[in-house]
Amino acid sequence: MPTRTPLRIDADFHLPQASIDDLLPYLDEFWRGQVVDRELPSMPFRLTSYPPNSPLTKNPDFEGLDVSAALDKFGTDVAIASMLHGAVALHNPDMRAVLMSAVNDYVAKEWLDREPRLRGSIYVSGEDIAASVAEIERLAGDKRFVQVLLLAMQEIHHGNRQYWPIYEACEKHGLTLAVHAGGLYRLPPSVSGWPSYQFEDYVMQSMVFENILTALVGEGVFHKFPDLNVVLLESGFAWLPTIIWRNDKTWRGVRPEVPWLDRKPSEIMAGRVFLSLQPSDPPGPEELKQIIKHIGGTDMLLYSTDYPHRQFSGSDPLPAGLPEEALPDILSGNALKAYPRLAAEPALREAAAILEETT
Amino acid sequence: MTRHVVAEVSGFPDKGIRRVEVAGREICLVRLGDEFFALMDVCPHGGAKLSGGRLGAVVESDGPGHYRMCRKDEMLKCPWHGWEYDVRTGQSWSDPKSTRTRAYATEAVAGEELVKGPYVADTIPVEVEGNYVVVDFPDRSAGRTREAAEA
Repeated sequence: MPTRTPLRIDADFHLPQASIDDLLPYLDEFWRGQVVDRELPSMPFRLTSYPPNSPLTKNPDFEGLDVSAALDKFGTDVAIASMLHGAVALHNPDMRAVLMSAVNDYVAKEWLDREPRLRGSIYVSGEDIAASVAEIERLAGDKRFVQVLLLAMQEIHHGNRQYWPIYEACEKHGLTLAVHAGGLYRLPPSVSGWPSYQFEDYVMQSMVFENILTALVGEGVFHKFPDLNVVLLESGFAWLPTIIWRNDKTWRGVRPEVPWLDRKPSEIMAGRVFLSLQPSDPPGPEELKQIIKHIGGTDMLLYSTDYPHRQFSGSDPLPAGLPEEALPDILSGNALKAYPRLAAEPALREAAAILEETT
Repeated sequence: MTRHVVAEVSGFPDKGIRRVEVAGREICLVRLGDEFFALMDVCPHGGAKLSGGRLGAVVESDGPGHYRMCRKDEMLKCPWHGWEYDVRTGQSWSDPKSTRTRAYATEAVAGEELVKGPYVADTIPVEVEGNYVVVDFPDRSAGRTREAAEA
C-alpha cells in the first residue's frame, strides 16, 4: 500500500496585518471620512505582543516567505488564518465594529479568495456582544470562516454569561470558538495587576488561558452549548496537567455549588477543548512525553506553525517527543474534530477517511 | 459479632450527628427522622472525622444557574475537603464514576483491611430496639480480618 503524507491542518497561522489604507475600500463613506479626517492611516494599529523588531516576532525560518510560500514549505493543506488587528482595542464601539468588519471582509477578499488553502476567523470584540453576534450572522454564510476569534484578555473572562450570545451564534452555525493570546492593553495581563516589562506580559499569557479554561468549565459553557468546541491558540499547553488536576480536585469538594458539572471537569473538557501545538512549552522531548501522559494523550493538540512568529527552531514545527502513532491526529484528525466546518468539507473528509484506512 | 447499644433514641435529635465509640472503634451515627445510619468515623479520602461534617442534599441541575435539591440531609459532607458521602451506602458522590464499580457499597462490613476504596466510607448496620440504637460490630478481640467479620 502506498504511504500517504498525512493531511496537514495548521490551526494557527497569521496573515500580515492590513493597514488602515488597505481597509478604506471596505468602509462606507461616513467611516472613510472619519478615518481619513482623523489621520488614522498614520497609526500602526498593532497589537504589541509582537513588536516588529522583537526576536519573537519573526521566525528566521520564515524569512522571505510570503503566505503561500510558507504554506508550501510545511506542506500545509489547510491553514486556519487570523489577522489580529489592533482595531479591537478601540473604545468607540461603532468605529471598532466597522473596522473589525473591514478586517474580516479584507481577509475574505484579499486572502481567502486568492489562496484556497486558507480558512478564516470571524474576528470579534468581547466588548460589544450585540455587534459581535451581528458580525457572526453577517459572515456565517461564508463557509470558509471556520471559527470565531476572541482575544484572551478581556474585561471579564470568557466563561461569563455576557458572552453567551456569541457562543450561541457559534454553535448555531457550526463555528468553533477560538481564543487567541493577546489583549486590549488597557487591562492588566495578570490577575494580580500590571507588570512593568514585555517579558512579564508574554509569560503571563499562559496563566490567562488557565483562568479562561477554568471559567469556561465552571460557569457551564460546555453544558449550555453542547455542540460548541473551543480552541485555545498560542496558549502553550504544558500548564494543562496542573490546572486540569486542580479543576478535578476542587470540583470533588464543591460539587453542590456548581451542580451542572455532572462529571469531572477533565471529562467535560474531553473532546471539547483543543490547543495549538506552538508555542510548545515543555523544555524537551522527555518533559513533553510526561505532559502527554498527564493529560491522558494527544487528543487536545492541534498542529500549528504560528507563522510568522518564532516559536520553534529549525524547520519542523512538530516538537520532538510526540508519539509517532499520534501524528496523523495531531496533524489533522484532531482539527477535524475541533472544527465542524472543516469536517463538513467533502475533500477534507475524504482525505481523512483515506488516512484512517491506511493507518 | 457483638451487639452494642450506642445511643438512646429519645436523646438523639433529628438530623443529629454523633461520634460514638464501639469496641474501641469510632463510628459516626446519623439520625434522619426515624432512621439511624452509621459509618466508620473516618473519611476514606483524607482521614478526617466524618462526625465533624454537615448534612446536605444532593443538588441536581438542568443547566448553569439551575439548582434542584433532592434527598435532603442524606449526604454527609466531610469537614476537611468537602467530599460527600451517602449516609445510606457510604458511597462518595464526589467521584460517582469510580464508586459505581465498587462492590462494597452497601455491604455490612467492618475492619481496617476493608477501608481500601478511596471513595467509599464503611457503613455499619444499625437497628432501633425500643429506645436504643444498636449496632452489630465485631469486638477487637474477634480480629480484624474479613473472614472474622463474616464469621
